[in-house]
Amino acid sequence: MIGFYTLFRKEVLRFWKVGFQTIGSPMLTTLLYLLIFSHVLERHVQIYPGVEYTVFLIPGLVMMAMLQNAFANSSSSLIQSKVTGNIVFVLLSPLSYLEVFLAYVLASVARGLLVGLGFYLVTLIFFIVPLSSFLWVFLFTLMGNALLGSLGVVAGIWAEKFDELAAFQNFFILPLTFLSGVFYTVHSLPSFWRNLSYLNPFFYMIDGFRYGFFGISEIPPHFSFMVVTTFFLTISWLALRMLKTGYRLRH
Amino acid sequence: MIPAIEIKHVHKCFGAVHALRNINLEIPIGEFFGLLGPNGTGKTTLINILAGLTLSNSGSAKVMGHDVVTDYREARHALGVVPQELVFDPFFTVREILSIQSGYYGLKNNNLWIEEILHYLDLADKANINMRALSGGMKRRVLVAQALVHKPPVIVLDEPTAGVDVELRQALWRFIKRLNYNGHTIVLTTHYLDEAEELCSRVAMLKQGEVVALDSTKNLISNIAGCSIQLRLSPDKLPAALQSTMISYAEGSYILSVKDYTQIEGVLTALRVAQVRVLEMQLLRPHLEEAFIKIMNDVENQEPA
Ligand SMILES: Nc1ncnc2c1ncn2[C@@H]1O[C@H](COP(=O)(O)OP(=O)(O)OP(=O)(O)O)[C@@H](O)[C@H]1O
Ligand SMILES: [Mg+2]
Repeated sequence: MIGFYTLFRKEVLRFWKVGFQTIGSPMLTTLLYLLIFSHVLERHVQIYPGVEYTVFLIPGLVMMAMLQNAFANSSSSLIQSKVTGNIVFVLLSPLSYLEVFLAYVLASVARGLLVGLGFYLVTLIFFIVPLSSFLWVFLFTLMGNALLGSLGVVAGIWAEKFDELAAFQNFFILPLTFLSGVFYTVHSLPSFWRNLSYLNPFFYMIDGFRYGFFGISEIPPHFSFMVVTTFFLTISWLALRMLKTGYRLRH
Repeated sequence: MIPAIEIKHVHKCFGAVHALRNINLEIPIGEFFGLLGPNGTGKTTLINILAGLTLSNSGSAKVMGHDVVTDYREARHALGVVPQELVFDPFFTVREILSIQSGYYGLKNNNLWIEEILHYLDLADKANINMRALSGGMKRRVLVAQALVHKPPVIVLDEPTAGVDVELRQALWRFIKRLNYNGHTIVLTTHYLDEAEELCSRVAMLKQGEVVALDSTKNLISNIAGCSIQLRLSPDKLPAALQSTMISYAEGSYILSVKDYTQIEGVLTALRVAQVRVLEMQLLRPHLEEAFIKIMNDVENQEPA
């Protein structure tokens, strides 16, 4: 227990010490998205009746920022430790692979949460965002961040160089987040793209999370939550397997 | 009694490189053991297998009776490793690193022991400095400190004195000797054979992934290196009867090899018979280095052409 907590705390300190980069800068990027998209589209688009486009945009952006940062945290920490070699201190320690996994994932959740919450609080200064169900907001926050945190563990272990990780991020994570209905509802897409979106786990995270704010969604939130949880369990199983067998960690 | 380290039939291949071939080693508790061999013979690989950083292809390894794969948590609790590579975490200060490291081993209030380690490794004034800002030798000291934070019964040091100045080298060995005196088992690799000779009670020599010698340091030196004597003669001419024992001749001084010191009498008799007077005679103490070179050469000669 002390071992797990120490690694978790170390992982949190790692991003906290460079918080300007790891929390401040993604918050700013997300605020810029909000500024630009709402400025361009506000007068033309209304997706949910009675909801300003900018307000519609906020929950999706919160989720997107959380997911990207949760992924970035565990994956970049692992690849850095692998490349510099200081991963040996974790590998030499008697920490169980479950403890290692949980510490990395929870630190990712913490970073995602800080970025998301920070951005959300800033938007509250300027806009009134409804909150229809705190429970769904909470559940999707937790599960979404945990899923991307464990995906980051998988990617961080798999990648052997920084550019392999960058490729994973740019060709996989980024398109999936952008094509998940952050800026629009999937409902408004042509049927081919709509059906494709239904295969994207990020879509369910955004849709369910948004339900927590507006009480409206394309898919019932229970179903979305099940999909996200299934993905989380699958990716976690994979990450735990990698840690247990020492894949690309213990040669 | 269970041995501190028990390695049985360990093989390791990296692709086509056969890094370790059928290694068998047993190191009893409390021993100061040396693992010697030229570059690339598998010393680090063997240590990494003990530490769980590398997985062997076959065979088993145990630390204080705990299998390093099936019983990894206990095995790692019992082991402190100073890695050969100079690795460090650039986000933290020395003291932070040591307290994090303690936490990994489940230790919460370890400050007294941390202070003691900092003191003995002469790191006290660097405790609050970021790892990034330390010199290479200082980083190596922190690596040693990290390995000792949980007071492991078995301590493995992979070339701990590479790049470390004389003063710390001596302070480090004093500290390690004290730990050994208090019952810790020490395993050491080094390319400084005088260091190994002074410290290790037993050594294994590795060559191309195989143990080619395993004995107490004393035996290795006396059995293999043999003894030698240095002589100055008048007239300056070695009798024919002694030619076969000559190792070298330079500036009037002969070095002869003798199996042991009782053979000296024979040498003196031969000189008297040839009417050669001894001007000066010195017994040369053999060193581990001679034994090492001889063993490595013998192994080379045995290999099929
Ligand atoms: N991860 C690895 N991948 C491929 N080959 C490796 C790996 N680690 C070690 N080797 C090879 O295994 C052999 C043994 O290496 P090892 O590092 O154990 O030698 P060593 O005895 O510690 O040498 P040195 O005295 O230089 O530290 C070498 O031929 C090395 O190239
Ligand atoms: Mg080595």
